[in-house]
Amino acid sequence: MLELKNIYKYYNPGTVNEMCLFDDFNFTVEDHQFVSIVGSNGSGKTSLLNIICGSIPVDSGGISIDHVDMTREKEYRRHARIGRVFQNPALGTCPSMTILENMSLADNKNKSFNLTAGTNKKRIEYYRDILRPLGLGLEDKLYVKVGNLSGGQRQALALLMTTMTPIDYLILDEHTAALDPKTAEIIMQLTDTIVREKNLTTIMVTHNLRYAIEYGNRLIMMHQGTIIIDRSGEEKEALQVEDVLDKFNQISIECGN
Amino acid sequence: MTILIGVLEQGLIYAILALGVYITYKILDFPDLTVDGSFPLGASVSAVLIIKGWNPFLTLAAALLAGMLAGVVTGVIHVKFHVRDLISSVITMTALYTINLRIAGGIANLPLFSRDSIFDNAATRKLPPAVGPYVTVFVIAVVAFAAKGLLDAYLNTKSGYLLRAVGDNPTLVTSLAKDNGKVKIVGLSIANGLVSLSGAVMAQQQGFFEISMGTGAIVIGLASVIMGTNLFRSSSKIRGTTAVVVGSILYKACVAIAIALGLAAQDMKLITAVLLFLILILNFDKKKVKISA
Repeated sequence: MLELKNIYKYYNPGTVNEMCLFDDFNFTVEDHQFVSIVGSNGSGKTSLLNIICGSIPVDSGGISIDHVDMTREKEYRRHARIGRVFQNPALGTCPSMTILENMSLADNKNKSFNLTAGTNKKRIEYYRDILRPLGLGLEDKLYVKVGNLSGGQRQALALLMTTMTPIDYLILDEHTAALDPKTAEIIMQLTDTIVREKNLTTIMVTHNLRYAIEYGNRLIMMHQGTIIIDRSGEEKEALQVEDVLDKFNQISIECGN
Repeated sequence: MTILIGVLEQGLIYAILALGVYITYKILDFPDLTVDGSFPLGASVSAVLIIKGWNPFLTLAAALLAGMLAGVVTGVIHVKFHVRDLISSVITMTALYTINLRIAGGIANLPLFSRDSIFDNAATRKLPPAVGPYVTVFVIAVVAFAAKGLLDAYLNTKSGYLLRAVGDNPTLVTSLAKDNGKVKIVGLSIANGLVSLSGAVMAQQQGFFEISMGTGAIVIGLASVIMGTNLFRSSSKIRGTTAVVVGSILYKACVAIAIALGLAAQDMKLITAVLLFLILILNFDKKKVKISA
């Protein structure tokens, strides 16, 4: 269980640009939940993910995983249990290394990066086997540098690499936003398959309302650092794109947009 | 022939330095000026230990370790104290000037004539006189290719993969639950170890340590790396490290040609700077052509 308690986060404190993002923010994610988060720009979605992952510090409040306090834990240490896929496909892979080298790196997560061979030759067939279902032909391009792949191919590889080793939490940061509609669809279905297969607790930020409705078992809408919609289970099932869109329009009018 | 051997000797000594610069400049993307201090550091350590009667080959190992330590210092200043990369390397470089002088006993020039070296010792003196002119270049080649081979092997280990990843995409290293900073420190350490080793070989080859021998070392290293890697940019079969060694030899050949054309040895640093400038300009030209095409 992931818990955020009484989170306070100000940007540019003490300056004329001071902006309060989170003012006593609370958020809990139960194990094996798949939470979709929607909201307008600047509503705090990505900041929320950054706070969970430790990419940015909080001013006060506590973050805990399974009741163990993580607030002061460094970003890289938190990633022992967390996997994250970014909007930018380039952030999940190493462009100057080959697909095989990238997968070998990912395969070694939470193990020692010592002076033994970087690529375990016995694992090559396994890598091919998990690349094949993607249907992107990557299994025949093991020795191609990842920098030569398309954004969609890279993102598929990044998703695969992130979920290759056992993790408990999968953080998806608008991970289909930079892809064309067809590729986005493929990546989204792949995500769903992996999340179900590995039973991962997932938090997905998206601007695609249809994905938020279709996938996952809990939907959250954020606005100015607060949660204004939180539906799970049957309530979430009943939710339609129109309902969320209405709420969107409502807050836009309030803000004078 | 003498010129060719001279070029090979110099080129291969600086190739070791260029391998170090390759790690920081190409792999880590870290502008590391520590090089200007760690090159003479290796020279001073090696020179002093030879005078103390150490085995010349053992002094190479000592120089390597001293250089690695210098790299760690730059790394710790940058990673733990959050000083900007270039500035942290300048801090170490400046400190090393004094340290090098101290190591050499406060003397700016330490001659090694008539002392055993890796080129002139009991074993090499037994060789027939006919091979005499080639002993130096042979020994340098052995050291340079051993350094290159070990670096190649390292870059293919798990630890080496992580080093390559950190310059390429630090976010991925964090995602692998590894500390970026530690990996950077390891990279800087190996890089400056190689640079220092290069300095040690240089001191033994020229027969003296001199405090200003590091001035412009980084420029020579950068020129070699940029020249080599761009020359073989289109071929993916050639390893980066191989390209760097070739680049270093070519670079020294360019310098030799400049001197043969009538420039004096005192013009060396100017030649170095102009050559690097030309290499950079030529490469920018290529990039422009690529974009417009």
